[in-house]
Amino acid sequence: MLRYALRRILAALPIALIAITLCFIVMRLAPGGPFDGERPLPPAVEANVRAYYNLDKPLIEQYFLYVGGVLRGDLGPSMTSYDFSVSDLLGFGIPFTFMLGFSAFVIATLIGLVVGIVSAVNQNRWPDYLLVFVVMIGVIVPNFLVGHILQLIFGVYLQWLPAGGWGGNISQLVMPITVLAWPHAARISRLMRGSMIEVLGANYIRTAKAKGIGERLVLVRHAIKPALIPVVSYLGPGLSYLLTGSIVVENIFGLPGIGRYFVNAALNRDYGLVLGTTILYVVVILVLNLLVDILYAWLDPKVRYR
Amino acid sequence: MKFVPFAKFAAVAAALAISFSATAGAQTLRTFNGGEPASLDPHRVSGDWENRIVGDYLEGLMTEDANATPILGQAEAFTISDDGLTYTFVIRSDAMWSDGTPVTAQDFDYAFRRLFDPARAAEYAYLQYPIKNAEAINAGEMPMDQLGVRVIDDRTIEFTLEQPTPYFVDALAHYTAYPLPRHVVEQFGDAWVQPANIVGNGPYNIVEWIPNSYIHSVKSETYYDAANVQIAEVYYYALDDLAAALQRYRAGEFDIMTDFPTDQYQLLQTQYPGQAHVAPFLGIYYYVMNQNMPQLQDVNVRKALSMAVNRDVIGPQILGTGELPAYGWVPPGTANYPFPGYQPDWVALPYGERVAQATALMEAAGYTAQNPLRLQLRYNTNDNHQRIAVAIAAMWEPLHVQVELFNSETAVHYDALQNNDFAGVGRAGWLMDYNDAINTLELLRSDIQYNYGRFNNPEFDALLRQSATITDMAARAVILREAEVLAMENYAALPLYYYVSKNVVSPRVQGFVDNAKDIHRTRWLSLTN
Amino acid sequence: MVGFTGKDAVLTRYAERLHELDRSKGQSLTRDAFRRLRRNRAAMVSIFVIVFIILAALIGPLFVPWTVKEVDWSAFRSPPDWAKGHYLGTDQNGRDLLARLLQGTQMSLLVAAVATFVSVTIGVVYGAIAGYVGGRIDAIMMRFVDIMYALPYILFVIILVVIFGRRPVLLFVAIGALEWLTMARIVRGQTLSLKEKEFVEAARAGGATTRTIVFRHIIRNLTGPVVIYATLTIPEIIIVESFLSYLGLGVQEPLTSLGTLISRGAEVFEVMPWLLIPPAVVLVTLLLGLTFIGDGLRDALDPKDR
Repeated sequence: MLRYALRRILAALPIALIAITLCFIVMRLAPGGPFDGERPLPPAVEANVRAYYNLDKPLIEQYFLYVGGVLRGDLGPSMTSYDFSVSDLLGFGIPFTFMLGFSAFVIATLIGLVVGIVSAVNQNRWPDYLLVFVVMIGVIVPNFLVGHILQLIFGVYLQWLPAGGWGGNISQLVMPITVLAWPHAARISRLMRGSMIEVLGANYIRTAKAKGIGERLVLVRHAIKPALIPVVSYLGPGLSYLLTGSIVVENIFGLPGIGRYFVNAALNRDYGLVLGTTILYVVVILVLNLLVDILYAWLDPKVRYR
Repeated sequence: MKFVPFAKFAAVAAALAISFSATAGAQTLRTFNGGEPASLDPHRVSGDWENRIVGDYLEGLMTEDANATPILGQAEAFTISDDGLTYTFVIRSDAMWSDGTPVTAQDFDYAFRRLFDPARAAEYAYLQYPIKNAEAINAGEMPMDQLGVRVIDDRTIEFTLEQPTPYFVDALAHYTAYPLPRHVVEQFGDAWVQPANIVGNGPYNIVEWIPNSYIHSVKSETYYDAANVQIAEVYYYALDDLAAALQRYRAGEFDIMTDFPTDQYQLLQTQYPGQAHVAPFLGIYYYVMNQNMPQLQDVNVRKALSMAVNRDVIGPQILGTGELPAYGWVPPGTANYPFPGYQPDWVALPYGERVAQATALMEAAGYTAQNPLRLQLRYNTNDNHQRIAVAIAAMWEPLHVQVELFNSETAVHYDALQNNDFAGVGRAGWLMDYNDAINTLELLRSDIQYNYGRFNNPEFDALLRQSATITDMAARAVILREAEVLAMENYAALPLYYYVSKNVVSPRVQGFVDNAKDIHRTRWLSLTN
Repeated sequence: MVGFTGKDAVLTRYAERLHELDRSKGQSLTRDAFRRLRRNRAAMVSIFVIVFIILAALIGPLFVPWTVKEVDWSAFRSPPDWAKGHYLGTDQNGRDLLARLLQGTQMSLLVAAVATFVSVTIGVVYGAIAGYVGGRIDAIMMRFVDIMYALPYILFVIILVVIFGRRPVLLFVAIGALEWLTMARIVRGQTLSLKEKEFVEAARAGGATTRTIVFRHIIRNLTGPVVIYATLTIPEIIIVESFLSYLGLGVQEPLTSLGTLISRGAEVFEVMPWLLIPPAVVLVTLLLGLTFIGDGLRDALDPKDR
């Protein structure tokens, strides 16, 4: 188990480096520079600015300067925010985005599992149809639309919940987490429902029931753990989707997370910030995948020896 | 049991909703301020959203009143020499930094030297180019000690100008002319603007900055006019989704919005009467025509394009906020410019007739349905720009003009315009930095980078040069008008409308005065319940 | 992309099942499956509805009195007006919404089809090569797939959009080029097991090259996975497209897409509900229909039931 984990960690390192390199190259190929604003800079001035950000050096030198910095934990200056470095900005945004992402993840997973189990137990009866319907809204309606509508109903008309912002008040997170968690809960519940139905139809469950073990006990003791396997394999990608998917939610509700930095930075060619954000996401996602793999190995021992 | 997570979730949500009902205090102003500031350093900012924050924590020799007209700020008096070249300012004896240090002439001197330091690359330094040798110093062609700024004593500072500049006092209210707390900047370097270090001399002090969320300022007790400053604290919120921002205003989370989605104007007018403020604003929205393209070198083609644009539908119909059609280059109401907005003679014709004449011009130039003029229309990504571009493309269709719409982000868009890298027409806009006609007319000078369309008319350039040597304001205005008419008769560019400022102001807020600069310092506002 | 519909989990399981089966039965399996599908009422209704939407998008514009670009100077922001032929009203530019809706549906379907086609092609070729060549190269190629899985997909999409400007088809070729991972895994698995089959050995002895055999059989056996893959990928791309539209990165005017129409409509739906409701209904119907078809197909093709 430990060796397995170690091997996975070693394999993750080159991936991070490849991702950095890829991103670096791609951003430099994009048209437009970070200093083209509404008004042009005088050429002498622009040369000064470029020198400050090392943009006057050959690309390869810029690359090594950058990677060197990253290894020391310095993600360089942001080109659109003068007062904060990329590390500063990410330092502000990460706790929020992660809190949002993880809360949504936990809530969505729990709801998804419960809905999946209830649906499976009541297969093709009204609770099943009702739950499937509610949950499907999260997948087939774009989340920005859900966000706008919730904001209007609960923020403006009913005024039950704050319409946005983040000032440390948890009620401000109810709508953002709902919007973010909904599609995830939907997918989890669909996976869970499918695998639960299958497990419930399996011979050993029938045997257990025939032996007279109570239905609830059968469910808890025998059906849920095996049914979880396909769900677990989705948790890693699902969590990475929640962490990167908060862009829309952050935009609508005016939340101080890194998703908004990323979009704004990409649009404004803030190389430093885009690279920094991407590297951060890659590292986090690699770590999460690692954890999920290990969890998977625990649930399904076959995996370890593959 | 299965529904426990649901139940818990709902209970927590309900409990929190109740606790939220007690919010911000009575003297807290919450402003929706648009974009995230790139910086709070006055030498690094460029947008109106930054100006609103910076102008609340710093103040120049001059400042703006509720009407945005320049009034004395940190200075208590000034004198102008008879030749109009030397300005001497006396700083108030009670002018003080928020850490208790007095504001001195040296602080201003230090700030101007920093502003013109070529290594600093302050984007807006050119606004203070009326100061003697400033332009050459900023370009690195002259040593800093030649700058026309001189400290007479701790409280007196003298400016020598290149030439008489009637709008210089106005320019001194701009953030490029703010003093800097020299003792703080020297101690912390560029980090002096971080909330932990920042020191100001304005009515408010920055205490907190959550990037991409808000900046929080509280009233400064060391400000000379603190007794009359009513609002105790201000939050400036940064938010990109304008529609979502309006919902938050409607939910009572903002007191002022500095912009609103034009489509919601009607809703605001009916459901929130009197809260949406739309007022004339010194600026023009225009299209440049790339005159390096042979097709657009033909003045008749440019004329036809201009004639066929039905500007009367843009403001009221397409935007819905009633922007006034523009045919001239200087917004009406510009200071020292006593003329109505320029209008060509064809404005009086019915629109159908104009299109017919324009089509005739195009056909005379050799364009037909089989051989259309192909133009690219570039604009930066934005709902309103897009709508206007779509409408204008449709207006040009009868003229045998085939338009390819091309949008890109602001950075990419202006990169293309500056490099003259657009095959046709490009959108641009200009908000006046100071209230003088030269500020927009210069956009058409052949040797200036902002002249995206590369309009090149020696006669026009000569008129602008001539205007700079004239001290009599009335005579100068005549020359400038001559230049404007010349440029417009040559269809140097295609003005579309004069900007309006768009604010939404809650009835709680008192003292908000619509003005042509759209500057509303918090100091003049107050809140009622 | 792994996050949007849980397609990966669904398909991987399906492919694993397929392995356990006798390869030569592949074809009749497909035929059986379609017979079973025909008995699934939800799926059949969905197919009917989707064919209707596709036809409407393709030939509908011929019957609409207004064109996409045409401006009605007398009707800006007009609610549905039968007298003027604006059956669904007009937008803020005086353009007929029905015409734009049909064109937008066309565009959304087109980009989804393009991206799906690209990803299927890349996936099949890549997976077949990896499986066919085997050994070290296979290991490296599949390692690369793992790397791609770990990258924050949506961030790369945004970077791609920034690079490709707003050329929709090119953009979705690029998105397709990020989507092929699942397909590649499945095809590789099938190729590997095929290579070892006796009838391949026999055919080779008879003079045919392994390549021909392998590819012919792979293609034959891929019908099921490809169809499922496509029905799950198309809604995914449509959602990605709407997400990009919300960020202002959608298709270029005067063209439009469902996502663009919805994100513009969402902002004004209190004042101009006619701009939001029709595109939202079409999108939801489309996604719902595709989901039912996907479910139906999976059930119908599920080799377990044989």
